[in-house]
Amino acid sequence: MLDLVAKSPADGLVPVAIGTMTLDEVAPSAITFLTAAKGQEAALSAALKTAHGMALPAAQRATGRDGARAVWFGAEVALVGAVPDPSLSDHAAIVDQSDAWCVLRLTGDDLDAVLARLCPVDMRGSVFKRGYVVRSQLQHMNVVYHKLSENAVDIYGFRSMAATLVHDLKIAMESVESISWCQRSL
Amino acid sequence: MRLTCPICGDRDRREFYYQGAASILNRPDPDAGIDTWDDYLHNRDNPAGLTQDLWYHEAGCSSWIVVTRNTVTHEVIKTALAQTVKGQNT
Repeated sequence: MLDLVAKSPADGLVPVAIGTMTLDEVAPSAITFLTAAKGQEAALSAALKTAHGMALPAAQRATGRDGARAVWFGAEVALVGAVPDPSLSDHAAIVDQSDAWCVLRLTGDDLDAVLARLCPVDMRGSVFKRGYVVRSQLQHMNVVYHKLSENAVDIYGFRSMAATLVHDLKIAMESVESISWCQRSL
Repeated sequence: MRLTCPICGDRDRREFYYQGAASILNRPDPDAGIDTWDDYLHNRDNPAGLTQDLWYHEAGCSSWIVVTRNTVTHEVIKTALAQTVKGQNT
């Protein structure tokens, strides 16, 4: 029998380390969209809390932690890293998205400067804080940003665009590092 | 141009897709007659002043938004989710 090897979306493209910044892949074991039935948000939130330990996030927020995270995705919420408990299907439509997304983690002290080159939304630490989620663009791609800490962000992009995603991030990281290099050298 | 998404807040125009007049939300009754349907499908006002149109927050939360703006001054006066506006004679 043919022995197939599963490859993660950014396989061979990461890690990338430039200056203070590092780009790596998260590759969560599962990503599932939960869309609450009409009027069932509170019930879904309670079921999510019982089964996975976190409430449903408000708009533009995320709850939970690595291994079981709920990220606001607009009309739906993405359950990241955990296989959804069957009890959730009483209150929500559940759609497996595991192989559709490329999740990259960008970390480093120059995070604000790198994001400012890629996204039309104010992503400075004073505005875009830990636990915040922004749906916007990265260059011309629609992505979701989730702020993990002062110097770390998870970026959810389409799997089919993984190479472009890494390329655009790399260009921005190089641009920031080249300015730092000039400042150090003067 | 900046538009305020009711969910995401103040965002750049590049995140939105323009659909057209918000009058499309007021779908006539199926039996309303050929003139009413012809008007609904094909005829649009071209106001100098207040106008309402539909925008899709494509690169954001995927909401349909009714934007009230002034075509003379380019002022964006207000925005609302289409799902809350629908059927209120925009």
